[in-house]
Amino acid sequence: MSSAAKPMAAKPRRARGVLRRLIGDPLGALGLAMIVVTVIAALSAGLLPHDPVKLNPMVRFAAPGADHWLGTDNLGRDLFTRMLYGARIALVISIGATIVSLLVGLLLGVLAGFGPRWLDSILLLVMDAMKSVPTVMLALVLITWTGPSLWAVVLVVVLVNGPTYARIVRTQVLALRNAEFIEAERALGAGFLRVASLHVIPNIIGPLLILAAMDIPIVVGIEAGLSFLGLGVRPPTPSWGTILFDGFSYIRDSVWMVIAGGLPIVITALGFTFLGEALRDTFDPKLAKR
Amino acid sequence: MSRDATQAPVLQVRGLDLSYDTPAGALQALRQVNLTIGKGEIVGLVGESGSGKSTLMQAILGLLPGAAKVQGGQILFQGQDLAGLSAPQMRGLLGDRISVVFQDPMTALNPVLTIGRQMIDIQHRSRISRAEKRARAIGMLERVRIPDPESRFNRYPHEFSGGMRQRVAIAMALMARPALLVADEPTTALDATLEIATIDLLRELQAEIGCAILFITHHLGVVAELCDRIDIMYAGEIVESGATAPVFRDPRHPYTQLLFACDPAQISRPMRHLPSIGGGLPDLTHLPPGCIFAPRCPRADATCRATRPADHQAGPSDLVRCHYPLAPRLEITA
Amino acid sequence: MLGYLARRIVLAVAVILTVIAALFAMMRAIPGDPVRTALGPRASEAMVETYRIKMGLDQPVIVQIWRFFSTILQGDLGSDAISGVPVARIIMAQLPDTLYLVLGAMVVAVVPGVWLGVLSATKRGSLFDRVTSVLSVSVMAVPSFVIAIYLLLIFAIQLSWFPAIGAGEGLADRLHRLVLPSVALGLAWIGYIARILRASMLEVMGENHIRTARAFGLSERKIMYDYVLRIAILPTITVLGMGIGQMLSGAVFAEIVFGRPGIGKLVYDSIAARNYPIVTGTLLVTTGFFVLVNLIADLLIAFLDPRVRNVVSR
Repeated sequence: MSSAAKPMAAKPRRARGVLRRLIGDPLGALGLAMIVVTVIAALSAGLLPHDPVKLNPMVRFAAPGADHWLGTDNLGRDLFTRMLYGARIALVISIGATIVSLLVGLLLGVLAGFGPRWLDSILLLVMDAMKSVPTVMLALVLITWTGPSLWAVVLVVVLVNGPTYARIVRTQVLALRNAEFIEAERALGAGFLRVASLHVIPNIIGPLLILAAMDIPIVVGIEAGLSFLGLGVRPPTPSWGTILFDGFSYIRDSVWMVIAGGLPIVITALGFTFLGEALRDTFDPKLAKR
Repeated sequence: MSRDATQAPVLQVRGLDLSYDTPAGALQALRQVNLTIGKGEIVGLVGESGSGKSTLMQAILGLLPGAAKVQGGQILFQGQDLAGLSAPQMRGLLGDRISVVFQDPMTALNPVLTIGRQMIDIQHRSRISRAEKRARAIGMLERVRIPDPESRFNRYPHEFSGGMRQRVAIAMALMARPALLVADEPTTALDATLEIATIDLLRELQAEIGCAILFITHHLGVVAELCDRIDIMYAGEIVESGATAPVFRDPRHPYTQLLFACDPAQISRPMRHLPSIGGGLPDLTHLPPGCIFAPRCPRADATCRATRPADHQAGPSDLVRCHYPLAPRLEITA
Repeated sequence: MLGYLARRIVLAVAVILTVIAALFAMMRAIPGDPVRTALGPRASEAMVETYRIKMGLDQPVIVQIWRFFSTILQGDLGSDAISGVPVARIIMAQLPDTLYLVLGAMVVAVVPGVWLGVLSATKRGSLFDRVTSVLSVSVMAVPSFVIAIYLLLIFAIQLSWFPAIGAGEGLADRLHRLVLPSVALGLAWIGYIARILRASMLEVMGENHIRTARAFGLSERKIMYDYVLRIAILPTITVLGMGIGQMLSGAVFAEIVFGRPGIGKLVYDSIAARNYPIVTGTLLVTTGFFVLVNLIADLLIAFLDPRVRNVVSR
């Protein structure tokens, strides 16, 4: 067993100290600020006077002004409003899909680690195969069959990220499995679910959450990318991907649509990456080698 | 055995002070270190881990890590102060006038280059053809008794045994016929038989080339066997120095006396427990005001704890850094 | 070496077979007529019948599985639902354009990536190192299609330095039109390569044999490029293998944004036309390519690293 498989120590820390250290790291502070801005944007989307989907053919391709802060799109819809609604979609899908991926990863990892050998081998092979299909192809084929929808996006995210988390959990389970105190507990009749929830999850949840935070840009990219291709969020629902596709289609008429669709993707992706890096450096320098 | 007074020493370290920047403050790794190596002399440098042997070696070779700062003193090699040399000037000496054999033969050679490639690369100063360099390298491999050197030449380090790798390292170090060879525990990683063979080889090559050797070790038996002189280091200071045999017979510094008593090979009477020196190394970021050994010394008194001792000449030793160099030898009982 | 080779190839084959099995399971799991699903709604009644007999759907499941595997493994990826042309031929016709793009992206990624990685390792902790590190994670985080659109907007439309659309005619024009899509696709991998190379260089620089090289007065340049990089480059090859495979399918965005032909564009159009055989066929081809490239990368490392070469031959 490699040294990486040693049980990682659970690190209880005070939240305030963590926050102070994160803000002490300029990049971490910047990342946090970017995420806060995105969250505020998503929450305040409903407060704006404009409707995100109602067509307004009288003001197509309007330039930014007092009425339309970022101008309007090819159908006369207010771009600023659509951008904020897009933040809702992006955050809900990326965080929701990441939580589902984490749960699936935990389940598969615990099954592979505690289960019989044949199950472990099969799961490993399937996870390897999953990782061998290029991400974009996997997404395209799945959605060809399921049809475009939010759920299809979630499914793609789970299939892309789930195996990574499952592998980490599995390694941790295997390391703990033969630990004496676990053997003692199992001898006393503790089921593997009890052992998993008492020992595996507390040990693994910190590093796993950091990895998940760093994966959020990938998830935001998957949602926006599929929506861009017309395979994710369906028009007229505002998603950064669909706004960007409209902007691409009319790129010679107006630059504002491309800005309203692309800039928030860049901000969110950088925000979660910077925060994830800072979190990792603070909590678990070992992960830096990943 | 004794030093030829008419000849200038190859290496002379004078009053060397060196510290490391650490988060806890400056760590005074070397303090007023004096060390002399005469031409063609083999000098053993002895001390436990953490005594500063490696730092002293790195200072001599100019391979100190970035956090290390030479605060004072000189490292004179053939009259030239190494501490003041620029990196390119130092590179000009390394592998040519000064060579080194490192401790762990398993990791000291580049794993993805052949032995031959590495032996040709280190002749980068010679203005001879590649074929001549190759011939020289093979000749040197023969000298260190590598069987079938022609075919071994194109092999990778992992294809050699530990003892053979160390002989390759010795061949590389001596190929340029340096004036000084620094040997950093070259036999520690080897088993006893290989250790003897390697030391015999080193002595034989030294006699032929006439280089001086600074032999760093914590194995007193090897020093007694090989070295003309011995220097004993403790916590960043050389506490005693002299010709090997007399110092072994009558060590003057309490640390040397305890160290010799601790070496199983030195114990003549059977004892129930191996003796060991009580206490640990002092904190070098916060030095005690007096003698560095006072906290562990069974003989320490108020003077020892208050003032630093000077270097004295006493008995067979040329240098004893102790307030009481003439005190009777400590009796060690288990 | 032979044992390692065999084991590595067996693993690659097992992965491919698992992917095919998953594909089969998925086609069966979809509710409704599997033939309809496989061919898409635009296939004619006659084609559905032919396909049903060809697939042997009246046969037992085990026979169906056998046929499914054997046809695919013989290189028969089925026929286009609309034109009836073999899918393999359609894909192979589009593959070269995508491969040029991937090659261009590799050049964009490798040259600056290696340079930045080596330099930030030798200047560890400097301002240059910190700026490189932030830029690396930044380009890794931003999705390639966003980069593609902004490149299009700035360099093709606003500045008119590059043509916006198409693959071009003749070598000079083709290369000219390859620049922006290659940058869009390769930019992120500059970050991946710089990061992994920096980390592995720093690891190697701490090893004992580098101290030996210094102790023999070798120049820093020689030590870095001959003694350190030779070892540190090995993990980078693995990353490159992954990169080529991912780029091959990630090319879809660059191909759409810059209006280039290629397998990405092919799949995109096939999805819109619900032309399923082409979609699944492309999945198999890109996956096979991905597995193959990773296999080659692993074997290349084994070949370049005498330690692995030796250990695995025992």
